Amino acid sequence: MPHGDVCRTIDYAVKIRVNPNQTGVDTNVKHSMNPFDEIAVEEAVRLREKLKDEVKSIKVVTIGPTKASDTLRTALAMGADSGIHIEVPESAPAPEPLGVAKALKAVIDREKEKGGVDLVIMGKQAIDDDAGQTGQMLAGIRGWAQATFASKLVVDTGKSEASVTREIDGGLEEVRCKLPAVVTTDLRLNEPRYASLPNIMKAKKKPIEKISPSDLGVDLTPIFETLKVSEPPKRQGGQKVASVDELVAKLKEAGITAVS
Amino acid sequence: MSTPLRSLKLASRTTRQCRLSSRAFSCSARRGSEVNSLHTFTDEENMLRESVQRFAQDVVAPKVREMDEAERMDPEIIKSLFEQGLMGIETSADHGGAESSFTSAIIVIEELAKIDPSVSVLCDVHNTLVNTIFRKYATKEQQDKWLPQLAESKLGSFCLSEPASGSDAFALQTRAKKDGSHWIINGSKMWITNSYEAEIFLIFANVDPSKGYKGITCFVATKDMGIQIAKKEQKLGIRASSTCTLNFDDLKVPEENVIGEVGQGYKIAIEILNEGRVGIAAQMVGLAQGAFAKSVPYTYERKQFGQPIGTFQGMAHQIAQAAVEIEAARLLTYNAARTKEEGKSFVKEAAMAKYYSSVVAQKVAGSAIEWAGGVGFTRETGIEKYWRDSKIGAIYEGTSNIQLNTIAKFIQKEYS
Repeated sequence: MPHGDVCRTIDYAVKIRVNPNQTGVDTNVKHSMNPFDEIAVEEAVRLREKLKDEVKSIKVVTIGPTKASDTLRTALAMGADSGIHIEVPESAPAPEPLGVAKALKAVIDREKEKGGVDLVIMGKQAIDDDAGQTGQMLAGIRGWAQATFASKLVVDTGKSEASVTREIDGGLEEVRCKLPAVVTTDLRLNEPRYASLPNIMKAKKKPIEKISPSDLGVDLTPIFETLKVSEPPKRQGGQKVASVDELVAKLKEAGITAVS
Repeated sequence: MSTPLRSLKLASRTTRQCRLSSRAFSCSARRGSEVNSLHTFTDEENMLRESVQRFAQDVVAPKVREMDEAERMDPEIIKSLFEQGLMGIETSADHGGAESSFTSAIIVIEELAKIDPSVSVLCDVHNTLVNTIFRKYATKEQQDKWLPQLAESKLGSFCLSEPASGSDAFALQTRAKKDGSHWIINGSKMWITNSYEAEIFLIFANVDPSKGYKGITCFVATKDMGIQIAKKEQKLGIRASSTCTLNFDDLKVPEENVIGEVGQGYKIAIEILNEGRVGIAAQMVGLAQGAFAKSVPYTYERKQFGQPIGTFQGMAHQIAQAAVEIEAARLLTYNAARTKEEGKSFVKEAAMAKYYSSVVAQKVAGSAIEWAGGVGFTRETGIEKYWRDSKIGAIYEGTSNIQLNTIAKFIQKEYS
């Protein structure tokens, strides 16, 4: 049974502004599901379309304040069967990757009674902190295989294996791992569907379970303290050069070339 | 208590609250006695808005210019609208629809119009005129037969106007003569939206001119029964929306294709156009917002005399006024929609919304061109398209003069 982990972030199209205290960004703007998590949900739904009954259920999980359930509803409208909302107070600091991983491990352990989880699919990183750690940490603490930055996922239920094509710096790498496993999605894995209106209406009837971190026995107190958030320095204008020779000369001047 | 049971209980509790009060628009734990602002929507309506917004931006936007220049709706767009479940918005699930609210339809029309008013009107006519006529006036057998087709794949068209009858709709001259178990229809319809791509047509014809408008009857016919699509109009705006003249030459229609009662057609037409009016209002509101959204960001980037032109007070004031007018038109539209959902009479509200939205659309779209200067005048940015598209708002589904007549009648009743 695949599990998708989704998180609610500021919408990718919104212009980010640092808040006056320089402790974070202005969050009074439009929020949506993290784009990489959308890809994760889409992949789970496509797996079901391919494997049909072998996919017994698709559950989506999120950790956040009340509004975070919006993202669960969107995931349900895309085709997930049910949701778990680990609710934290509005005033609580955003959960850190290790905290999220611990909470997800606890959820997976709970699901053992209901048939267990075979595959966890999540976005490779959240576009707000770009941490890119949760998937790997979850696999680590749970002792599962992990395949990150997936651009292709094929599941063989007979062999209980997943073949994942990963995007790495040098090109593409194919790994095969035994289930249960954690897969994190990269941009080119798929293009998420738009929730069609009939599916949005069906999502109304799908259950969302609300639990608290203490129900899971997990402490989400942050280990890190953010000291300062600031905008990147304004880009200085560049220079135009007339020829390749001039370019090489300028690079040498700036000390940015290996050529002596 | 085991957690799965708890989640099931939660779900049923909130649904009961939804059904209990028509005014608690949001299906959260709000009490029915709270009155909400017109910015309140149910979770489903919000999700729908977001989904249609993205669909419109990703799928429709890239094709807008080419469809306008070619004066042709891309069949792929029509197909995608069906696939997204946007062509049976209020239709029941049994008939393949999404069983959503009227406001949901208004949201879809508004969001589509922000990107392309032509696509928006295609969806609007299909939902608020054609689908609704079947839902409200058709027999169960007719609904079972036609609604699924309309929800899944077949585009509908509403045929009332003729060369000699527009505002004076009931002076229509298309005739229907009974012949055994069939009706034979002869005549012409003009200015018919969707007609080029449609397969299902609702035709208003008079079975007995001696009875005046009380002979007007609504018939459903399919293209393959012999409907002739004649001249396709070349228009100023909403060019991708097909507007054709239709000819019926001894068109044979089975008697079970009468919708409602014989002679009830005029009533169907009047009542349905009220709903359609709110749909057009939504289209105009979306259009105004689309033009605004395309032009205003440019004014904050374009610098002259050392500052962004949008920050000059003259410009800022114009932009602010336009924003006020759009908001007013929007609230008129959503209020008319919610009033209808409450089951109250909404004739005056619909007329006000349609009239005012068409005025605002023209004004804001026109200003949007001026704000963008020369760039706004070229067809490349798509800003000028909104202004051309807006003109029809004051004309179709009841001209502005007719809307003002309607509103004036209500005022006279109230104040005399």
